[in-house]
Formats: sequence, structure tokens, C-alpha cells
Amino acid sequence: MTASSLAALPDQLPDARAVFAGRGLACERGGRRVFHGLSFMVCAGEALVLVGRNGSGKSSLLRLMAGLSRPAQGSLTWNAGDIADDSEAHHGRLHLIGHQDAIKPALTVKENLGFWARYRGAGPCASARIADALRAFALERLAELPARYLSQGQRRRLSLCRLLASPAQLWLLDEPRAGLDRAASASLDAALAHHRAAGGIAVVVLHAEDHPPEARVLDFDAVKAGG
Amino acid sequence: MLAAIGAIIGRDLRLALRQGLDSLLAVVFFVLACVLFPFGVGPAPETLARIAAGVLWVAALLAALLSLERLFQADYEDGSLDLLALGPAPLPAIAAAKIAAHWLTTAVPLIAAAPVLALILNLPPAAFSSLVLALVLGTPTLSLIGGVGAALVLGARRGGVLLALLVLPLYIPVLIFGVAAVGASQIGLAAQPHLFMLTALLLVALVLAPWAAGAALRQALD
Amino acid sequence: MRALVNPTFVMRWSTRAAPWLGGLTLLLVAAGLYLALIASPPDYQQGDSVRIMYVHVPAAWMALFCYTCMAAASAAGLVWRSPIADLAAQATAPVGAAFTFIALVTGSLWGKPMWGTWWVWDARLTSVLILQFLYFGFIALSHAFDDPARGQRAAAVLALVGFVNVPIIKFSVDWWSTLHQPASVVRLDGPSIHPSMLAPLLVMAIAFTCYYVWLLLVRLQSEILNGKIRALRLRQAHG
Repeated sequence: MTASSLAALPDQLPDARAVFAGRGLACERGGRRVFHGLSFMVCAGEALVLVGRNGSGKSSLLRLMAGLSRPAQGSLTWNAGDIADDSEAHHGRLHLIGHQDAIKPALTVKENLGFWARYRGAGPCASARIADALRAFALERLAELPARYLSQGQRRRLSLCRLLASPAQLWLLDEPRAGLDRAASASLDAALAHHRAAGGIAVVVLHAEDHPPEARVLDFDAVKAGG
Repeated sequence: MLAAIGAIIGRDLRLALRQGLDSLLAVVFFVLACVLFPFGVGPAPETLARIAAGVLWVAALLAALLSLERLFQADYEDGSLDLLALGPAPLPAIAAAKIAAHWLTTAVPLIAAAPVLALILNLPPAAFSSLVLALVLGTPTLSLIGGVGAALVLGARRGGVLLALLVLPLYIPVLIFGVAAVGASQIGLAAQPHLFMLTALLLVALVLAPWAAGAALRQALD
Repeated sequence: MRALVNPTFVMRWSTRAAPWLGGLTLLLVAAGLYLALIASPPDYQQGDSVRIMYVHVPAAWMALFCYTCMAAASAAGLVWRSPIADLAAQATAPVGAAFTFIALVTGSLWGKPMWGTWWVWDARLTSVLILQFLYFGFIALSHAFDDPARGQRAAAVLALVGFVNVPIIKFSVDWWSTLHQPASVVRLDGPSIHPSMLAPLLVMAIAFTCYYVWLLLVRLQSEILNGKIRALRLRQAHG
């Protein structure tokens, strides 16, 4: 990512001392207890990496963090306020990149991205941000192309563009590197580094081997073994 | 929030235009179903005139049902529904916006086609205005009730059949008053009382259906 | 409140109460049938056909009562996320569907000699038919998902949506002048039927209610056990 492509991003996100935490979380899916007694804390500028084997509940935890589902036990707090009390504000400050890419094949790359930016109430500089986001993930040449022609990796990059198209302090990323080539992976690293430098928080599901050394790690297998 | 709702409606209309086949299919189904009746009951003009109102309403209702299953399904499957729920619009508003777009793309073409089919079925010209008016007042209720059903069956096995089982019984009141409005003006009576009933049904559905559909979407996301 | 959240408590309490309720139901049904078939006089217009009413009317009441209970349990399940309330709604649905079916069939049997037709499309009959379909929809929807909890919650929303039909059924005979006769027992100015006919009607109604509560308890037990079996199997699969 070049320095100029980040020019449109604000230098500081609104809440420089934000703390996002969960205490005693339990999650049930389909009548099965996926995990319980899970706690975490992550502050502005930090990243939390979730590792663990398949089915250990990493994606479920991301959905709890997003407020899409409610924990069976425990609570999630943003600056000591329960996120369930003001879910609208919580939704407004987060981006979720899940396994599904939410891309409409009939719309062009730019229309796809533009819809989400407009839906989230992007301000007057929306089109500049969209252009910057596309440039950051090397999609600017494909902007007018219907998304049905994109390859798997390009679709992945397009959904990552949503992170940059509208501002949000909390990024929840589920295996964001899946299907990315080396260059796109580097763009993602640059975007994450810039996000954290500006006071953003990132929670990332990754494979154990490739997490950045300075990040906090929550190992689901260890949680499970510990009870 | 209004901008967000406008964005959803705009996107769905654009998608419907790009993939024009879906709304076209509903109209073609509507025409075909109506055209079958002269063969089924015989082409005698007075027989057709007697059943025209009922045939048109039942065919329109089934045509609207056809496209209903996809109402939330596509957004549910590709993850868009998660992101919509994480946006500024509350779930009932999202449901209402998508239902409005569905009505514009499927029911409006049906209403436009109805007078032509009424000609073929030998409906007396005196009843045309009340047919169109009844459809304009009745089809939004069908879309609203259908939206609740479509949200309820998200992720279910055999969602399409299930949707018909859930929604068709609830369509009966609209059918009753819709047909009665056309029938009344056919024999020279006032259609207004039936049209008022259709309006009342629409108002009740407008108040209740988005909340119910929103609650159903919440269950689907969890 | 404790009963709403604790399956063990419900289990213990219901295993104790169920046999008593079963016995009470049998006694009441026997008494009701004696009053309805032998002790009460034939109607001066309807003759012995009036005896169908002693099954038809309580069954129709129960159809509405069960739906109301189902909707209330569904609301409790959605608001307080109480598994027991969800299970109670699940357990009520087939019972209510059966009562609705009995009301429709007995009404039809009575209608043939009295009205000269098995079925008329009047407001009362149509709205009860819709009730029957709502029960079927509830049962079908709650079994349409791989995750039973998801099906229960979807069906709960449907039960609440369908509740608009209940007042329509109750007042359909007053709002639209129909072939079906208006209410004669539950009226503001007191019942308009003779005590010799009211007695079997009320005894049968109480008997049906006891039968419903008895079935509800038995079905709740089996649903709780089903849930335990499911949890065991899941634990087997996922370790």
C-alpha cells in the first residue's frame, strides 16, 4: 500500500483510549456448548489473534463480538458499557469480514463497494475513499467490471476494500488471508498496521503459524483444555 | 437511516433490472395461469366473466408467491444480511425496504398486466377500475405477509413448499375482499366497502409485518 | 419463574402430577359423557343431534385456548429465552391441531342434518380452517431446521403473527351475519341455554382442559428427555 492511498483516512479514530473486552463468555450452537468461560481484553491500537482448530468457535466468537448473536453467558463491553445496551452504536464502529463475501455478481466492483459505503452513511468524500480503497487492494482497473467475472482472490480483496471504504474503529476479520496472494497479503498487513497506528482495534482469526509477533493471541485449544 | 433504507431499495431495484428475468417470470406465470382457465372451464363468455375476478386474483397471488422465496434468501446466503444487520438501519426497516423493492419489481408488473388479462377473460369494462384499485391496495399486503413468511423460512429445508403452507392461509382475507370488490362493481354495486376493508388490511399489515419480519430475521442471524 | 428456567424442577413436578391429572380426566370424561348422552334432554328442534354440541363446543373452545397458550408460551420463549416455554409451545401445537380438527369434523357432522350441507364458507368456518392451517404451519416450521432451537424460535414468531386470527374467530359470528350461530354460553348477559344443557357442556369443557394439561405435562417430559438424548449424541460426535 502506498502512502498516498491512505491520505483519505483520518489520522486518529474517535476513541483513542477504547477498551473492548469480554468476560466469562459462553457460546452455544445447535444445542452444543462450543466454548465457555472465555475472557479477553484488547485496547486501542492493539490486535487480538484467534487461533484454534476447526469448530473450536473462533467464527462464533467473532459473531458474538459483532453483536449478531448473544452469548449464552457472560458479557461483552466497550469502555465498560455493555454492547447489548447500545447495539446501534456498536454496529456503527465495527467492520466484519466473514467467510461469505457479500458480493452481488450483477453489480460492478465499484457499485458493490459503493453500496456498502453509502449504506453505512459514508460522508461527502465517499467516492474518493472508494477509489483509494480499490487502489489499496489493486482493484482500480476492475472498478467498472461486473463482479461475476472476479476470481476468488479478487472477490476476497473486494470484500477487504470495505474496511477502507468507510471508517470503523473495530475490525473483525475471519481468516482474511484465505485466497490472497503475497502482494494482497502485504496490502492487508499495511492496512492493519495503519489502522492500529490510528488507534484502531483488530480481532483476526488466523492460522497459528502466521500471526504477527506483537499481537495478543487467544488460543481456543488452550481455552478448551483449561475448562 | 432514511439514506440507508433508500440505498437498500436502490440496490434491489438495480439488481432486479440487471437480472430482469425474475420479475418477467412472475408476469409470464400470471399470464399462463390465466390463459389456462378458458381451456379448463370452457370459452363461454358469460362463464368466464363470472369467474374472471377470482381467476385473476388467485393467479396474481400465486405469481407473487413464486418470487417470494428469494426475497431474503440471496442476501442470507452471501452474507449480505449480516452486513445489513450491522448497518444503521434496524431489522424491521431492512425488511420493509426489501419488501417495498419486491413489491415494485414483481407486483407492479402484475398490476399492469391485469387489465389485458381481464379483457381476455371477458370481465365487464365497468369492473376494470375496481380490479386495478383492488390490486393496488391488496398486493402490498400480500408482499408484506409474504415477507414475514420468507424471513421465517430462511435456512429451512424445503423452504419453498413451507413458505406456501405458511403464507397462503394468511392470504385468504385479501383474496376474499379483493374478489368481492371486483364482483360488486360487476353487478353494479359499490366496491368502496370492500376497498376500505383492503385498505384496513393493508394498514394492519404495514404496522405489524415489518416487526414480525424483523424478529424472524433476528432469529435467522443468531 | 423457577419453573420457566429449570427443566429438572419441571420434570420432577410433572411426573408427580401427571397420573393424578390423567385419573381426573378419565373421571370427568365419564361424567361428561353420562350427562351429555343420557341425562340431558334432546333439543326440541335439533333432536338428538344436539348431543354433538357437547363435543363440538368444548373442542372449539380448546382449539382457541390451546392457540392462546401456544402464543403466550412462544412470546415467553422469545422474550426470556426460556427453553421450557419453547418446549411448552411445541408440546401444545399438536394437541391444539387435534382439537381444531375435532371441532371442524363434529361441526360438519352436525351441519349435514341441520343445515343440509357438510360445509359452508362462512366467516366462522373459514377462520377456524385458517387456524387449522396455522397449527400445521407451526408444526412444519418447527421441524424444518437442522437446529431444533432455530425451528422453535421461527415457529414462535409465526405463532405470534397468527394470533391476530384468534379474535377474528371469536367475533366472526358477531361481525358478519353468518349461518353459524352466535355465542350462547360466554355472553355479557349470562348464558342463554338451559341449565340441563349447560351442565354437560361445562363438565366436558373442564374434562378437555384437564386432558390438555395432562398431555402437556407428558409431552413436556418426553421433549425434555429428547433434548437430553440430543445433547448426549452431540457430545459423542464432538467429544
